[in-house]
Amino acid sequence: MRSRLANCGYNREPFLFSAYLPVRLSELLPGNTAVVHTVEDVGSADPIARRLRDLGFVAGEPVKLVAFGPVGNDPLLVQIGFTRFALRRSEAARVQLQAAGASA
Amino acid sequence: MSTAENALRVALLGNPNCGKTALFNQLTGSRQKVANYAGVTVERKQGRYTAPSGRTVELLDLPGAYSLDAASPDEAITRDVCLGIAAGESRPDLLVCVADATNLRLHLRFVLEVRRLGQPMVLALNMMDAARRRGIEIDIAALERELGLPVVETVAVKHAGAQALVQRLDRVVAAPTKRDAADADLHAEVRQLLAAAVRMPARTAAFDDVIDKVALHPVWGLVLLAVLMFLIFQSVFSWAEPLMDGIEGGIKALGDWAVASMAEGPLRSLLTDGLFAGLGGVLVFLPQILILFLFILALEESGYLPRAAFLLDRLMFKAGLSGRSFIPLLSSFACAIPGIMATRSIQDPRDRLTTIMVAPLMTCSARLPVYTLLIAAFIPQRTVAGLFNLQGIVLFALYIAGIASALLVAYVMKRFSRDRSEHALLMELPSYRWPHPRDLAIGLWERGWIFIKRVGGIILALTILLWFLSTFPGPPEGATGPAIDYSLAGRIGRWLEVVFAPIGFNWQICIALIPGLAAREVAVAALGTVYALSGSDDAIAAELGPMIATQWPLATALSLLVWYIFAPQCLSTLAVIRRETNSWRNVWIAAGYLFGLAYVASFITFQVTRMLST
Ligand SMILES: Nc1nc2c(ncn2[C@@H]2O[C@H](COP(=O)(O)OP(=O)(O)OP(=O)(O)O)[C@@H](O)[C@H]2O)c(=O)[nH]1
Ligand SMILES: [Mg+2]
Repeated sequence: MRSRLANCGYNREPFLFSAYLPVRLSELLPGNTAVVHTVEDVGSADPIARRLRDLGFVAGEPVKLVAFGPVGNDPLLVQIGFTRFALRRSEAARVQLQAAGASA
Repeated sequence: MSTAENALRVALLGNPNCGKTALFNQLTGSRQKVANYAGVTVERKQGRYTAPSGRTVELLDLPGAYSLDAASPDEAITRDVCLGIAAGESRPDLLVCVADATNLRLHLRFVLEVRRLGQPMVLALNMMDAARRRGIEIDIAALERELGLPVVETVAVKHAGAQALVQRLDRVVAAPTKRDAADADLHAEVRQLLAAAVRMPARTAAFDDVIDKVALHPVWGLVLLAVLMFLIFQSVFSWAEPLMDGIEGGIKALGDWAVASMAEGPLRSLLTDGLFAGLGGVLVFLPQILILFLFILALEESGYLPRAAFLLDRLMFKAGLSGRSFIPLLSSFACAIPGIMATRSIQDPRDRLTTIMVAPLMTCSARLPVYTLLIAAFIPQRTVAGLFNLQGIVLFALYIAGIASALLVAYVMKRFSRDRSEHALLMELPSYRWPHPRDLAIGLWERGWIFIKRVGGIILALTILLWFLSTFPGPPEGATGPAIDYSLAGRIGRWLEVVFAPIGFNWQICIALIPGLAAREVAVAALGTVYALSGSDDAIAAELGPMIATQWPLATALSLLVWYIFAPQCLSTLAVIRRETNSWRNVWIAAGYLFGLAYVASFITFQVTRMLST
């Protein structure tokens, strides 16, 4: 829920927030690229976060948001390294981005 | 041939979809399933070949894994074999880690993770053909040096494309000369490796990007998916027609010829009423089944399926499933058994259980004979909107009904579940690939054979058994009704009729349902036998369709169609549910809810149709 609200706000007022830098992967728009800062655990020993790190979501790695799914902008198609993964919004919200990496 | 003791035991492992099974098939000459998505292989598979030196190599094909830190049942198998903790199996002598040369950023990390085990290992850089096409340059010598282990190039889908690997495995392979500490940053090391040995012009294939623009488009993507699915069902119905007519005619002629010189008697009756009526009734559906499989095989190899899963994930999630359920459920259209097994690649245990529970609702190919028979008999052959065939539309509607009820059941399961923690998707989208006509042909040939063997085996045996039950005991002196009324089958059918009369089934249907438990398509053969025996004497292999069209009310036919959408009419499916969930409880739940749904839905269909048609 939280991530969807965050996203709506971002979509509705893109101009007001033109200086706004996305801080999570789930806030990127298709075509945007950024650099991963870290993957946050939800709860202790979060297996999803662990798997994301294994797949290459680690500090310094460039990511690109390629596309949204057709319903409710979910899931997200994300390019990491040479591979494309479909992630749900809640999974992508675990990935925090580096401040300098965004390009709208 | 060398003895098993000095055989070299080699395991193939690596990330999903890197071509392990293709390599396995190439080396051992087997025909395990290869397809273009992550999670095709879900069990360990064993094979062997003889190396040039004459030594026997025992090869093990393992499920793909992103990490030895397993997240799903199939990954756990791979982990257990690698660590040597798999039940009843010692550690392999040698590991062949397979990596997709176009996807090294991801795959090399797993190679490093495996290298940590300190086992003798070889790295096979597979898909070198695709890498070359994309202009990717890999300095093998540098990679070998940096990794401290032998590296060979392979093209698993090309004849003799694994020669280098065979040669290398025939020489001594030592443990890697380098090894990371347990807490080393493997990702950093992969970056170094890539910098030292790989030149990559672009991160992705341009071809994929172009197609994905359409295939993943929020509107066009969904349109494409719908058109594709509809086309498949239309062609299953219309392309197969001429072929089916041919087969039907051929078998009838064969039957006539076989008994032409035979005297009247039980043997002749067994041949015509049992054998040819039963066999013909089912073989006729071979073309439809092959066309359906052709499409499924082509889709599997193209890499489109995970895209469809991506498009549908949100909808499936709302219904209590996951995009990951898409491929198992699509496989269930062929047969629920491989479909249920394919759920092993679903990480979330709840999603996996839900998918297993609803997989039997997908219209498997064994239901096609029943559907086709009834549709051909009761639905007029008419063109709708100048383009579509009414019979095709009804068939499509039956498929949709199966899907809709699966979504409904999944939704109910989700509602009743108390566990509200998060479900994960995390699904890789592979590169597109052109299906190889030769592989498609081989795949089709295999499926066709399996179908024919089933017809030959189970169906034949059951049809003959049924013939016995329907023929003996013979009618008493002076009996007036058809002989089958007095037989064992007739009696059983009449008992069952008490239960099934409210949903419109006559006793002939009731009898046919029993052997239909072994395999759904047998029901058609069984109906053929029962009617051939209960009809007049000249009903030699009489065509079942026209016969039931005159004898059954429409309500009965529709009720039976609806029955087949739901009914747990397949013991093998229940057995697989038992094996995959390791619980009898789940089997009872599945069988119970499917039976309940079938009965209620058929009841409503029958009663409503009857009311409307009088
Ligand atoms: N172009 C090309 N395609 C290949 C090669 N090897 C395998 N493929 C294709 O890659 C896809 C995956 O092959 P599989 O053998 O099923 O992969 P796997 O590693 O067994 O996959 P999982 O069982 O899911 O872990 C299939 O579409 C193959 O046709 C190759 O050397 N070149
Ligand atoms: Mg495989």
